[in-house]
Amino acid sequence: MQQLQLLGRNTLALISGLGRAVIVLLSALLHTPNPRKGLPLLFAQLYSVGVMSLVIIVVSGGFIGMVLALQGYTILVGYGAEASLGPMVALSLLRELGPVVSALLFAGRAGSALTAEIGLMKATEQLSSLEMMAVDPLRRVIAPRFWAGFISLPLLAAIFSMVGIFGAHLVGVDWLGVDGGTFWSVMQDQVDFNKDILNGIIKSVVFAFVITWIAVYKGYDCEPTSEGISRATTATVVQSSLLVLALDFILTALMFA
Amino acid sequence: MTTKANYDNLVVINNLTFKRGDRVIYDDISLVIPKGKVTAIMGPSGIGKTTLLRLIGGQIRPESGQILFAGKDIPKLSRKELYETRKRMSMLFQSGALFTDMSVYDNIAFPIREHSNLPEAIIEKIVLMKLEAVGLRGARDLQPNELSGGMARRVALARSIALDPELILYDEPFAGQDPISMGVIVRLIRSLSDALGLTSVVVSHDVPEVMSIADYIYIIAEQKIIGQGTPEQIMQDDSALVKQFVQGEADGPVPFHFPAPGYQQELVKGTAIGALANVTQGDK
Repeated sequence: MQQLQLLGRNTLALISGLGRAVIVLLSALLHTPNPRKGLPLLFAQLYSVGVMSLVIIVVSGGFIGMVLALQGYTILVGYGAEASLGPMVALSLLRELGPVVSALLFAGRAGSALTAEIGLMKATEQLSSLEMMAVDPLRRVIAPRFWAGFISLPLLAAIFSMVGIFGAHLVGVDWLGVDGGTFWSVMQDQVDFNKDILNGIIKSVVFAFVITWIAVYKGYDCEPTSEGISRATTATVVQSSLLVLALDFILTALMFA
Repeated sequence: MTTKANYDNLVVINNLTFKRGDRVIYDDISLVIPKGKVTAIMGPSGIGKTTLLRLIGGQIRPESGQILFAGKDIPKLSRKELYETRKRMSMLFQSGALFTDMSVYDNIAFPIREHSNLPEAIIEKIVLMKLEAVGLRGARDLQPNELSGGMARRVALARSIALDPELILYDEPFAGQDPISMGVIVRLIRSLSDALGLTSVVVSHDVPEVMSIADYIYIIAEQKIIGQGTPEQIMQDDSALVKQFVQGEADGPVPFHFPAPGYQQELVKGTAIGALANVTQGDK
Protein backbone atom coordinates (compact mmCIF):
# COMPACT_ATOMS: atom_id res chain seq x y z
CA MET A 1 0.00 0.00 0.00
CA GLN A 2 2.76 2.36 0.99
CA GLN A 3 4.73 1.52 -2.13
CA LEU A 4 1.68 2.25 -4.27
CA GLN A 5 1.37 5.61 -2.54
CA LEU A 6 5.05 6.30 -3.15
CA LEU A 7 4.72 5.38 -6.82
CA GLY A 8 1.76 7.72 -7.20
CA ARG A 9 3.53 10.55 -5.46
CA ASN A 10 6.68 10.14 -7.53
CA THR A 11 4.71 10.01 -10.77
CA LEU A 12 2.83 13.17 -9.87
CA ALA A 13 6.08 14.91 -8.93
CA LEU A 14 7.64 13.84 -12.23
CA ILE A 15 4.72 15.10 -14.29
CA SER A 16 4.42 18.44 -12.50
CA GLY A 17 8.20 18.85 -12.75
CA LEU A 18 8.02 18.28 -16.50
CA GLY A 19 5.21 20.79 -16.73
CA ARG A 20 7.20 23.39 -14.82
CA ALA A 21 10.24 22.73 -17.02
CA VAL A 22 8.18 23.32 -20.17
CA ILE A 23 6.71 26.53 -18.73
CA VAL A 24 10.15 27.83 -17.75
CA LEU A 25 11.53 27.13 -21.22
CA LEU A 26 8.58 28.60 -23.08
CA SER A 27 8.36 31.76 -21.04
CA ALA A 28 12.11 32.25 -21.35
CA LEU A 29 12.17 31.84 -25.11
CA LEU A 30 8.81 33.00 -26.42
CA HIS A 31 9.20 36.74 -26.60
CA THR A 32 10.53 39.23 -29.08
CA PRO A 33 14.20 39.61 -28.31
CA ASN A 34 15.78 43.01 -27.85
CA PRO A 35 19.12 42.74 -29.70
CA ARG A 36 20.60 45.84 -28.08
CA LYS A 37 20.28 44.38 -24.59
CA GLY A 38 20.19 40.69 -25.46
CA LEU A 39 23.30 40.31 -27.60
CA PRO A 40 25.84 41.49 -25.00
CA LEU A 41 24.26 39.09 -22.49
CA LEU A 42 24.42 36.24 -25.01
CA PHE A 43 28.07 36.93 -25.85
CA ALA A 44 29.02 36.99 -22.17
CA GLN A 45 27.36 33.58 -21.73
CA LEU A 46 28.85 32.16 -24.94
CA TYR A 47 32.22 32.99 -23.43
CA SER A 48 31.62 31.41 -20.04
CA VAL A 49 29.68 28.39 -21.34
CA GLY A 50 31.42 27.74 -24.67
CA VAL A 51 34.90 29.23 -24.71
CA MET A 52 35.63 28.15 -21.15
CA SER A 53 34.78 24.53 -22.11
CA LEU A 54 37.27 24.53 -24.98
CA VAL A 55 40.26 23.20 -23.02
CA ILE A 56 38.53 20.08 -21.71
CA ILE A 57 37.01 19.40 -25.15
CA VAL A 58 40.28 19.79 -27.06
CA VAL A 59 42.35 17.72 -24.64
CA SER A 60 39.78 14.91 -24.41
CA GLY A 61 39.23 14.93 -28.18
CA GLY A 62 42.95 14.55 -28.76
CA PHE A 63 43.34 11.63 -26.39
CA ILE A 64 40.23 9.83 -27.61
CA GLY A 65 41.50 10.07 -31.18
CA MET A 66 44.91 8.77 -30.19
CA VAL A 67 43.46 5.83 -28.27
CA LEU A 68 41.10 4.99 -31.14
CA ALA A 69 44.00 4.89 -33.57
CA LEU A 70 46.10 2.76 -31.27
CA GLN A 71 43.34 0.24 -30.57
CA GLY A 72 42.11 0.23 -34.17
CA TYR A 73 45.58 -0.29 -35.60
CA THR A 74 46.36 -3.38 -33.47
CA ILE A 75 43.12 -5.01 -34.63
CA LEU A 76 43.21 -3.91 -38.27
CA VAL A 77 46.87 -4.78 -38.81
CA GLY A 78 46.07 -8.45 -38.09
CA TYR A 79 43.94 -8.49 -41.24
CA GLY A 80 46.32 -6.30 -43.19
CA ALA A 81 43.57 -3.69 -43.22
CA GLU A 82 45.43 -0.81 -41.59
CA ALA A 83 44.54 1.31 -44.62
CA SER A 84 41.02 1.50 -43.15
CA LEU A 85 42.30 3.18 -39.99
CA GLY A 86 41.37 6.66 -41.28
CA PRO A 87 37.69 5.98 -41.99
CA MET A 88 37.34 3.85 -38.87
CA VAL A 89 38.52 6.67 -36.63
CA ALA A 90 36.61 9.35 -38.53
CA LEU A 91 33.32 7.45 -38.55
CA SER A 92 33.50 6.54 -34.86
CA LEU A 93 34.19 10.14 -33.98
CA LEU A 94 31.70 11.83 -36.29
CA ARG A 95 28.84 9.45 -35.70
CA GLU A 96 29.23 8.56 -32.03
CA LEU A 97 32.10 9.66 -29.89
CA GLY A 98 32.20 13.28 -30.97
CA PRO A 99 28.59 14.13 -30.14
CA VAL A 100 28.26 11.78 -27.15
CA VAL A 101 31.54 12.30 -25.31
CA SER A 102 31.53 16.05 -25.83
CA ALA A 103 27.91 16.12 -24.55
CA LEU A 104 28.90 14.19 -21.41
CA LEU A 105 31.87 16.48 -20.81
CA PHE A 106 29.70 19.52 -21.48
CA ALA A 107 27.10 18.35 -18.95
CA GLY A 108 29.81 18.01 -16.32
CA ARG A 109 31.67 21.22 -17.13
CA ALA A 110 29.03 23.73 -18.30
CA GLY A 111 25.71 22.17 -17.23
CA SER A 112 26.68 21.88 -13.58
CA ALA A 113 28.10 25.42 -13.59
CA LEU A 114 24.87 26.81 -15.04
CA THR A 115 22.72 25.04 -12.45
CA ALA A 116 24.92 26.11 -9.56
CA GLU A 117 25.09 29.71 -10.74
CA ILE A 118 21.34 30.09 -11.25
CA GLY A 119 20.61 28.21 -8.01
CA LEU A 120 22.90 30.52 -6.07
CA MET A 121 21.27 33.55 -7.63
CA LYS A 122 17.97 32.18 -6.40
CA ALA A 123 19.28 31.44 -2.91
CA THR A 124 20.70 34.95 -2.54
CA GLU A 125 17.36 36.47 -3.66
CA GLN A 126 18.91 37.93 -6.81
CA LEU A 127 16.18 36.39 -8.96
CA SER A 128 13.44 37.75 -6.67
CA SER A 129 15.13 41.09 -6.67
CA LEU A 130 15.12 41.15 -10.49
CA GLU A 131 11.40 40.37 -10.45
CA MET A 132 10.74 43.22 -8.05
CA MET A 133 12.71 45.55 -10.33
CA ALA A 134 10.26 44.59 -13.06
CA VAL A 135 12.94 42.65 -14.94
CA ASP A 136 11.89 39.11 -15.84
CA PRO A 137 14.64 36.74 -14.66
CA LEU A 138 13.49 34.16 -17.19
CA ARG A 139 14.38 36.50 -20.02
CA ARG A 140 17.32 38.21 -18.40
CA VAL A 141 19.04 35.22 -16.76
CA ILE A 142 17.63 32.00 -18.22
CA ALA A 143 17.24 32.86 -21.92
CA PRO A 144 20.84 33.96 -22.69
CA ARG A 145 22.23 30.96 -20.80
CA PHE A 146 19.99 28.57 -22.67
CA TRP A 147 20.88 29.95 -26.09
CA ALA A 148 24.58 30.00 -25.24
CA GLY A 149 24.53 26.30 -24.33
CA PHE A 150 22.42 25.42 -27.35
CA ILE A 151 24.84 27.17 -29.73
CA SER A 152 28.07 26.08 -28.02
CA LEU A 153 27.73 22.32 -27.79
CA PRO A 154 27.38 21.50 -31.52
CA LEU A 155 30.43 23.66 -32.22
CA LEU A 156 32.36 22.01 -29.39
CA ALA A 157 31.39 18.57 -30.72
CA ALA A 158 32.71 19.49 -34.17
CA ILE A 159 35.98 20.70 -32.65
CA PHE A 160 36.17 17.49 -30.60
CA SER A 161 35.91 15.29 -33.73
CA MET A 162 38.40 17.40 -35.64
CA VAL A 163 41.01 17.31 -32.89
CA GLY A 164 40.34 13.58 -32.48
CA ILE A 165 41.10 12.92 -36.14
CA PHE A 166 44.36 14.83 -35.88
CA GLY A 167 45.19 12.84 -32.74
CA ALA A 168 44.59 9.64 -34.66
CA HIS A 169 46.80 10.91 -37.47
CA LEU A 170 49.55 11.61 -34.96
CA VAL A 171 49.45 8.05 -33.59
CA GLY A 172 48.51 6.13 -36.74
CA VAL A 173 50.62 7.88 -39.36
CA ASP A 174 53.45 9.57 -37.49
CA TRP A 175 54.05 6.86 -34.91
CA LEU A 176 52.75 3.52 -36.22
CA GLY A 177 53.63 4.18 -39.84
CA VAL A 178 50.33 3.95 -41.71
CA ASP A 179 50.67 5.71 -45.06
CA GLY A 180 49.50 9.32 -44.72
CA GLY A 181 48.02 9.57 -48.21
CA THR A 182 46.02 6.39 -47.67
CA PHE A 183 44.85 7.60 -44.25
CA TRP A 184 43.31 10.77 -45.70
CA SER A 185 42.10 9.52 -49.09
CA VAL A 186 40.31 6.41 -47.82
CA MET A 187 38.72 8.56 -45.11
CA GLN A 188 37.54 11.07 -47.71
CA ASP A 189 36.18 8.25 -49.81
CA GLN A 190 34.29 6.53 -47.02
CA VAL A 191 32.81 9.44 -45.06
CA ASP A 192 29.52 10.72 -46.45
CA PHE A 193 28.45 14.25 -45.65
CA ASN A 194 24.73 13.63 -45.17
CA LYS A 195 24.92 10.23 -43.58
CA ASP A 196 27.82 10.77 -41.23
CA ILE A 197 28.59 14.42 -40.65
CA LEU A 198 25.07 15.80 -40.76
CA ASN A 199 23.66 13.05 -38.54
CA GLY A 200 26.41 13.71 -36.02
CA ILE A 201 25.53 17.39 -36.00
CA ILE A 202 21.84 16.60 -35.51
CA LYS A 203 22.76 14.42 -32.55
CA SER A 204 24.77 17.13 -30.87
CA VAL A 205 22.02 19.70 -31.48
CA VAL A 206 19.54 17.41 -29.70
CA PHE A 207 21.98 16.82 -26.83
CA ALA A 208 22.64 20.54 -26.52
CA PHE A 209 18.93 21.25 -26.23
CA VAL A 210 18.41 18.57 -23.58
CA ILE A 211 21.45 19.37 -21.44
CA THR A 212 20.98 23.14 -21.33
CA TRP A 213 17.27 22.80 -20.73
CA ILE A 214 17.85 20.50 -17.76
CA ALA A 215 20.67 22.69 -16.44
CA VAL A 216 18.77 26.00 -16.46
CA TYR A 217 15.54 24.42 -15.21
CA LYS A 218 17.23 22.61 -12.33
CA GLY A 219 18.89 25.83 -11.25
CA TYR A 220 15.71 27.87 -11.53
CA ASP A 221 13.59 25.27 -9.75
CA CYS A 222 16.06 24.30 -7.02
CA GLU A 223 15.39 24.64 -3.33
CA PRO A 224 17.20 27.86 -2.35
CA THR A 225 19.53 26.31 0.24
CA SER A 226 23.09 25.06 0.00
CA GLU A 227 21.80 21.49 0.17
CA GLY A 228 19.20 22.20 -2.51
CA ILE A 229 21.82 23.66 -4.87
CA SER A 230 24.12 20.68 -4.44
CA ARG A 231 21.22 18.31 -5.11
CA ALA A 232 20.19 20.27 -8.21
CA THR A 233 23.75 20.30 -9.58
CA THR A 234 24.08 16.56 -9.11
CA ALA A 235 20.69 16.01 -10.72
CA THR A 236 21.72 18.06 -13.74
CA VAL A 237 24.83 15.97 -14.39
CA VAL A 238 23.19 12.61 -13.69
CA GLN A 239 19.95 13.22 -15.55
CA SER A 240 21.46 14.89 -18.58
CA SER A 241 24.18 12.23 -18.91
CA LEU A 242 21.65 9.42 -18.76
CA LEU A 243 19.32 11.17 -21.19
CA VAL A 244 22.19 11.78 -23.61
CA LEU A 245 23.07 8.07 -23.64
CA ALA A 246 19.44 6.98 -24.01
CA LEU A 247 18.73 9.52 -26.75
CA ASP A 248 21.92 8.50 -28.51
CA PHE A 249 20.62 4.96 -28.77
CA ILE A 250 17.26 6.11 -30.14
CA LEU A 251 18.83 8.52 -32.61
CA THR A 252 21.35 5.93 -33.78
CA ALA A 253 18.55 3.44 -34.32
CA LEU A 254 16.62 5.99 -36.37
CA MET A 255 19.62 7.16 -38.40
CA PHE A 256 21.73 4.12 -39.09
CA ALA A 257 19.58 1.02 -38.53
CA MET B 1 -3.26 56.39 -18.68
CA THR B 2 -6.26 58.25 -17.32
CA THR B 3 -6.09 60.93 -14.65
CA LYS B 4 -4.00 59.77 -11.75
CA ALA B 5 -6.40 59.26 -8.89
CA ASN B 6 -5.19 60.59 -5.60
CA TYR B 7 -5.19 57.74 -3.14
CA ASP B 8 -4.81 58.42 0.54
CA ASN B 9 -3.93 54.81 1.04
CA LEU B 10 -1.39 53.56 -1.47
CA VAL B 11 -1.92 49.93 -0.50
CA VAL B 12 -5.19 48.49 0.74
CA ILE B 13 -5.47 44.86 1.78
CA ASN B 14 -8.96 43.44 2.19
CA ASN B 15 -9.82 40.09 3.76
CA LEU B 16 -6.56 38.47 2.76
CA THR B 17 -6.15 34.76 3.36
CA PHE B 18 -2.93 32.99 2.49
CA LYS B 19 -1.95 29.37 3.01
CA ARG B 20 1.33 27.61 2.50
CA GLY B 21 0.42 23.99 1.94
CA ASP B 22 -2.03 23.23 4.70
CA ARG B 23 -0.62 25.84 7.05
CA VAL B 24 -2.61 29.05 7.29
CA ILE B 25 -0.24 32.05 7.31
CA TYR B 26 -2.87 34.81 7.19
CA ASP B 27 -6.47 34.33 8.12
CA ASP B 28 -8.73 37.04 6.71
CA ILE B 29 -6.63 40.10 7.55
CA SER B 30 -7.25 43.65 6.36
CA LEU B 31 -4.92 46.62 6.61
CA VAL B 32 -4.08 49.89 4.85
CA ILE B 33 -0.75 51.53 4.07
CA PRO B 34 -1.24 55.31 4.05
CA LYS B 35 0.52 57.31 1.36
CA GLY B 36 3.68 59.17 2.33
CA LYS B 37 3.94 57.50 5.74
CA VAL B 38 6.15 54.86 7.30
CA THR B 39 4.04 51.87 8.21
CA ALA B 40 5.58 49.05 10.21
CA ILE B 41 4.50 45.44 10.27
CA MET B 42 5.78 43.75 13.41
CA GLY B 43 5.50 40.33 14.87
CA PRO B 44 7.54 37.34 16.02
CA SER B 45 9.77 35.63 13.43
CA GLY B 46 8.25 32.93 11.35
CA ILE B 47 4.75 34.36 11.10
CA GLY B 48 5.24 35.35 7.47
CA LYS B 49 5.98 39.05 7.59
CA THR B 50 8.18 38.75 4.53
CA THR B 51 5.38 36.80 2.88
CA LEU B 52 3.21 39.89 3.19
CA LEU B 53 5.77 41.93 1.23
CA ARG B 54 5.93 39.25 -1.45
CA LEU B 55 2.15 39.30 -1.67
CA ILE B 56 2.16 43.08 -2.17
CA GLY B 57 4.88 42.69 -4.80
CA GLY B 58 2.83 40.07 -6.60
CA GLN B 59 5.49 37.36 -6.32
CA ILE B 60 2.98 35.02 -4.72
CA ARG B 61 -0.77 34.90 -4.96
CA PRO B 62 -3.15 34.78 -2.00
CA GLU B 63 -5.84 32.17 -1.43
CA SER B 64 -8.47 34.89 -1.39
CA GLY B 65 -8.83 38.60 -0.76
CA GLN B 66 -7.80 41.84 -2.42
CA ILE B 67 -4.41 43.55 -2.48
CA LEU B 68 -4.93 46.99 -4.00
CA PHE B 69 -1.90 49.03 -5.04
CA ALA B 70 -3.02 52.50 -6.18
CA GLY B 71 -6.42 50.99 -6.88
CA LYS B 72 -5.16 47.99 -8.89
CA ASP B 73 -5.81 44.52 -7.56
CA ILE B 74 -2.32 42.97 -7.69
CA PRO B 75 -3.30 39.25 -7.76
CA LYS B 76 -5.67 39.88 -10.70
CA LEU B 77 -3.18 41.73 -12.91
CA SER B 78 -1.84 40.16 -16.07
CA ARG B 79 1.90 39.48 -16.24
CA LYS B 80 2.48 42.58 -18.28
CA GLU B 81 0.45 44.86 -16.03
CA LEU B 82 2.15 43.40 -12.99
CA TYR B 83 5.59 44.19 -14.42
CA GLU B 84 4.42 47.72 -15.25
CA THR B 85 3.13 48.17 -11.70
CA ARG B 86 6.37 46.86 -10.19
CA LYS B 87 8.24 49.74 -11.76
CA ARG B 88 6.49 51.95 -9.23
CA MET B 89 7.61 49.97 -6.20
CA SER B 90 10.83 48.48 -4.96
CA MET B 91 11.92 46.10 -2.27
CA LEU B 92 14.93 46.04 0.01
CA PHE B 93 15.75 42.40 0.63
CA GLN B 94 17.12 41.20 3.92
CA SER B 95 20.25 39.84 2.25
CA GLY B 96 20.59 42.94 0.09
CA ALA B 97 20.41 40.68 -2.99
CA LEU B 98 23.10 42.64 -4.84
CA PHE B 99 24.13 41.19 -8.18
CA THR B 100 27.41 39.50 -7.38
CA ASP B 101 28.79 39.83 -10.90
CA MET B 102 28.58 43.64 -10.97
CA SER B 103 30.33 46.46 -9.15
CA VAL B 104 28.50 48.68 -6.68
CA TYR B 105 28.14 51.32 -9.37
CA ASP B 106 26.66 48.90 -11.93
CA ASN B 107 24.30 47.45 -9.36
CA ILE B 108 22.72 50.83 -8.79
CA ALA B 109 22.79 51.75 -12.46
CA PHE B 110 21.12 48.44 -13.36
CA PRO B 111 17.45 49.38 -12.83
CA ILE B 112 18.01 52.75 -14.52
CA ARG B 113 19.65 51.14 -17.57
CA GLU B 114 16.89 48.52 -17.75
CA HIS B 115 13.98 50.92 -17.66
CA SER B 116 15.21 54.07 -19.31
CA ASN B 117 17.23 55.17 -22.30
CA LEU B 118 19.11 57.85 -20.41
CA PRO B 119 22.63 58.61 -21.62
CA GLU B 120 25.44 57.23 -19.49
CA ALA B 121 26.46 60.72 -18.32
CA ILE B 122 23.09 61.28 -16.67
CA ILE B 123 22.97 57.76 -15.25
CA GLU B 124 26.33 58.45 -13.61
CA LYS B 125 24.96 61.58 -11.93
CA ILE B 126 21.89 59.71 -10.61
CA VAL B 127 24.01 56.84 -9.31
CA LEU B 128 26.40 59.20 -7.54
CA MET B 129 23.48 61.05 -5.94
CA LYS B 130 22.01 57.81 -4.65
CA LEU B 131 25.39 56.66 -3.35
CA GLU B 132 25.93 60.01 -1.65
CA ALA B 133 22.56 59.61 0.09
CA VAL B 134 23.73 56.38 1.73
CA GLY B 135 27.24 57.72 2.35
CA LEU B 136 29.04 55.29 0.08
CA ARG B 137 30.11 57.40 -2.88
CA GLY B 138 33.69 56.26 -2.18
CA ALA B 139 32.69 52.62 -2.62
CA ARG B 140 31.50 52.91 -6.21
CA ASP B 141 34.16 50.65 -7.70
CA LEU B 142 34.02 47.91 -5.09
CA GLN B 143 32.56 44.47 -5.81
CA PRO B 144 29.70 43.21 -3.59
CA ASN B 145 31.97 40.58 -2.00
CA GLU B 146 34.25 43.37 -0.75
CA LEU B 147 31.45 45.04 1.23
CA SER B 148 30.59 44.47 4.87
CA GLY B 149 27.03 43.39 5.68
CA GLY B 150 26.03 46.90 6.67
CA MET B 151 27.54 48.47 3.55
CA ALA B 152 25.84 45.88 1.33
CA ARG B 153 22.49 46.76 2.87
CA ARG B 154 23.10 50.46 2.24
CA VAL B 155 24.12 49.84 -1.38
CA ALA B 156 20.96 47.77 -1.78
CA LEU B 157 18.99 50.67 -0.37
CA ALA B 158 20.59 53.03 -2.87
CA ARG B 159 19.65 50.62 -5.65
CA SER B 160 16.07 50.34 -4.47
CA ILE B 161 15.61 54.12 -4.62
CA ALA B 162 17.41 54.44 -7.97
CA LEU B 163 14.19 54.85 -9.92
CA ASP B 164 12.45 56.99 -7.26
CA PRO B 165 9.65 54.50 -6.56
CA GLU B 166 6.40 55.43 -4.86
CA LEU B 167 6.52 52.52 -2.46
CA ILE B 168 9.48 50.85 -0.80
CA LEU B 169 9.10 47.52 0.96
CA TYR B 170 11.78 46.96 3.59
CA ASP B 171 12.34 43.36 4.63
CA GLU B 172 13.94 43.33 8.09
CA PRO B 173 16.15 46.36 7.38
CA PHE B 174 17.61 46.37 10.91
CA ALA B 175 18.36 42.66 11.29
CA GLY B 176 22.01 41.90 11.89
CA GLN B 177 23.23 45.50 11.62
CA ASP B 178 25.85 47.12 13.80
CA PRO B 179 24.65 50.22 15.69
CA ILE B 180 26.19 52.63 13.18
CA SER B 181 24.64 51.05 10.08
CA MET B 182 21.43 50.77 12.01
CA GLY B 183 21.48 54.50 12.72
CA VAL B 184 22.19 55.30 9.08
CA ILE B 185 19.35 53.11 7.86
CA VAL B 186 16.86 54.40 10.43
CA ARG B 187 17.67 57.97 9.43
CA LEU B 188 17.46 57.15 5.72
CA ILE B 189 14.07 55.50 5.91
CA ARG B 190 12.67 58.42 7.86
CA SER B 191 14.17 61.09 5.63
CA LEU B 192 13.12 59.37 2.39
CA SER B 193 9.59 59.50 3.65
CA ASP B 194 9.75 63.08 4.93
CA ALA B 195 11.72 64.64 2.10
CA LEU B 196 10.42 62.76 -0.93
CA GLY B 197 7.00 61.70 0.32
CA LEU B 198 7.84 58.05 -0.27
CA THR B 199 5.51 55.45 1.17
CA SER B 200 7.41 52.91 3.23
CA VAL B 201 6.46 49.52 4.60
CA VAL B 202 8.93 48.23 7.18
CA VAL B 203 8.74 44.62 8.22
CA SER B 204 10.71 44.11 11.41
CA HIS B 205 10.81 42.73 14.90
CA ASP B 206 13.23 45.30 16.31
CA VAL B 207 10.91 47.14 18.66
CA PRO B 208 12.92 50.28 19.58
CA GLU B 209 13.97 51.09 16.00
CA VAL B 210 10.46 50.64 14.68
CA MET B 211 8.99 52.72 17.49
CA SER B 212 11.38 55.52 16.59
CA ILE B 213 10.51 55.80 12.90
CA ALA B 214 7.05 54.36 12.26
CA ASP B 215 3.97 56.51 11.84
CA TYR B 216 1.66 53.55 12.23
CA ILE B 217 2.26 50.02 13.42
CA TYR B 218 0.51 46.71 12.83
CA ILE B 219 1.39 43.78 15.03
CA ILE B 220 0.70 40.39 13.52
CA ALA B 221 0.68 37.10 15.40
CA GLU B 222 -1.19 33.84 15.07
CA GLN B 223 -2.44 34.64 11.53
CA LYS B 224 -4.23 37.79 12.69
CA ILE B 225 -3.56 41.44 13.34
CA ILE B 226 -3.46 41.57 17.13
CA GLY B 227 -2.77 45.24 17.58
CA GLN B 228 -2.43 48.46 15.62
CA GLY B 229 -1.93 52.16 16.16
CA THR B 230 0.67 54.88 16.42
CA PRO B 231 3.77 54.00 18.46
CA GLU B 232 2.24 55.76 21.50
CA GLN B 233 -1.00 53.81 21.20
CA ILE B 234 0.91 50.55 20.86
CA MET B 235 2.89 51.32 24.02
CA GLN B 236 -0.38 51.93 25.88
CA ASP B 237 -2.07 48.84 24.47
CA ASP B 238 -3.59 46.67 27.20
CA SER B 239 -3.76 43.41 25.30
CA ALA B 240 -1.49 40.83 26.90
CA LEU B 241 -0.23 39.65 23.52
CA VAL B 242 0.88 43.10 22.41
CA LYS B 243 2.46 43.79 25.79
CA GLN B 244 4.42 40.60 25.67
CA PHE B 245 5.80 41.43 22.24
CA VAL B 246 6.61 45.09 22.83
CA GLN B 247 8.24 44.45 26.18
CA GLY B 248 9.99 41.34 24.99
CA GLU B 249 8.90 38.91 27.68
CA ALA B 250 9.91 35.33 27.10
CA ASP B 251 6.66 33.75 28.14
CA GLY B 252 3.07 34.91 27.89
CA PRO B 253 0.17 34.41 25.50
CA VAL B 254 2.79 33.52 22.87
CA PRO B 255 4.23 30.59 24.77
CA PHE B 256 7.98 30.25 25.28
CA HIS B 257 7.73 26.55 24.51
CA PHE B 258 7.10 25.14 21.07
CA PRO B 259 4.21 22.67 21.49
CA ALA B 260 5.67 19.48 23.01
CA PRO B 261 4.66 16.58 25.24
CA GLY B 262 5.16 16.97 28.99
CA TYR B 263 8.77 17.70 29.97
CA GLN B 264 8.88 15.25 32.85
CA GLN B 265 7.28 12.51 30.80
CA GLU B 266 9.72 12.93 27.91
CA LEU B 267 12.82 12.94 30.14
CA VAL B 268 11.95 9.76 31.98
CA LYS B 269 10.45 7.96 28.98
CA GLY B 270 11.66 4.38 28.50
CA THR B 271 13.54 4.19 31.83
CA ALA B 272 12.65 2.28 34.95
CA ILE B 273 11.81 5.56 36.66
CA GLY B 274 9.69 6.39 33.63
CA ALA B 275 7.72 3.21 33.95
CA LEU B 276 7.34 3.96 37.61
CA ALA B 277 6.29 7.54 36.85
CA ASN B 278 3.71 6.30 34.37
CA VAL B 279 2.36 3.91 36.95
CA THR B 280 2.15 6.57 39.65
CA GLN B 281 0.56 8.95 37.17
CA GLY B 282 -1.91 6.29 36.21
CA ASP B 283 -2.77 5.92 39.87
CA LYS B 284 -3.73 9.55 40.22
